[in-house]
Amino acid sequence: MDNAAPLEFHFNVDGKDFTSAGEASVEVKKILRRIGLDSEAIRRVSIAMYEAEINMVIHAGGGEADVSVSPDKITLVMTDHGPGIADIELAMREGYSTAPDNIRSLGFGAGMGLPNIKRYTDELKIESEVGKGTKITMSVNI
Amino acid sequence: MKMSEIASLLGARVLCCEELIEHEVHSACGSDMMSDVLAFVKDQAVLLTGLVNPQVIRTAEMMDMRCIVFVRNKIPSEEMIALAADAGIVVLASPMRMFEACGRLYNGGLKPQEVE
Ligand SMILES: Nc1ncnc2c1ncn2[C@@H]1O[C@H](COP(=O)(O)OP(=O)(O)OP(=O)(O)O)[C@@H](O)[C@H]1O
Ligand SMILES: [Mg+2]
Repeated sequence: MDNAAPLEFHFNVDGKDFTSAGEASVEVKKILRRIGLDSEAIRRVSIAMYEAEINMVIHAGGGEADVSVSPDKITLVMTDHGPGIADIELAMREGYSTAPDNIRSLGFGAGMGLPNIKRYTDELKIESEVGKGTKITMSVNI
Repeated sequence: MKMSEIASLLGARVLCCEELIEHEVHSACGSDMMSDVLAFVKDQAVLLTGLVNPQVIRTAEMMDMRCIVFVRNKIPSEEMIALAADAGIVVLASPMRMFEACGRLYNGGLKPQEVE
């Protein structure tokens, strides 16, 4: 892949249907496997993207995911037009969650997603404006 | 331990990927919280759970797990089984409760997953 332009993929994440949450991440994992990337890098990207995708569905009503694969890293940009995050530092704390009980009964809402994304990525940037939405940019070095 | 031994220790039915059942796995975890599975589990191969929704399959797939055991007679939907088949994940359904299912596998020699 040296010298090649980055490969780019775009996904819409449906926010109305929880049962489909995670479909984009499954698709990206398949693509990265087909490209033949290192399996540990694929796993890190998969977990980070899946956490962000689930967040987008349960907290923000869906959004869009852009994936770019260059020779040295995989970059994910997850953009939504949900309620935004008022206090990003607080949201990054392990155990902090505003998820309602019905989300917990679906197996999510422990307040572990954002800290987990931090752990599995080499770069993480969260931009958010209350009432406007959230943009999460993350990358994993290959 | 072979996944076929897991099935027999748990009196479980094989719901998909039967062709992979003689493969070996070494570690397992049990949880109904996918958040915790994503955050605390590492290099485990088997997930025991009483939660039934497609995110269970996708979570296991993202984590490169090899086998999902549904406890307490929970039967996944056709859609979930199709997702697991596509991902090459063996799906088992056991009548046992979580505590007993985990205990039998632990006694049988499966290790707990490594916690970071
Ligand atoms: N895209 C988003 N839009 C709005 N708020 C968000 C978004 N992502 C995260 N948050 C806020 O940050 C909090 C922490 O997110 P995090 O992913 O760490 O935990 P969680 O989603 O609540 O639970 P878990 O990820 O363990 O299932 C959320 O409860 C929510 O308040
Ligand atoms: Mg989350």
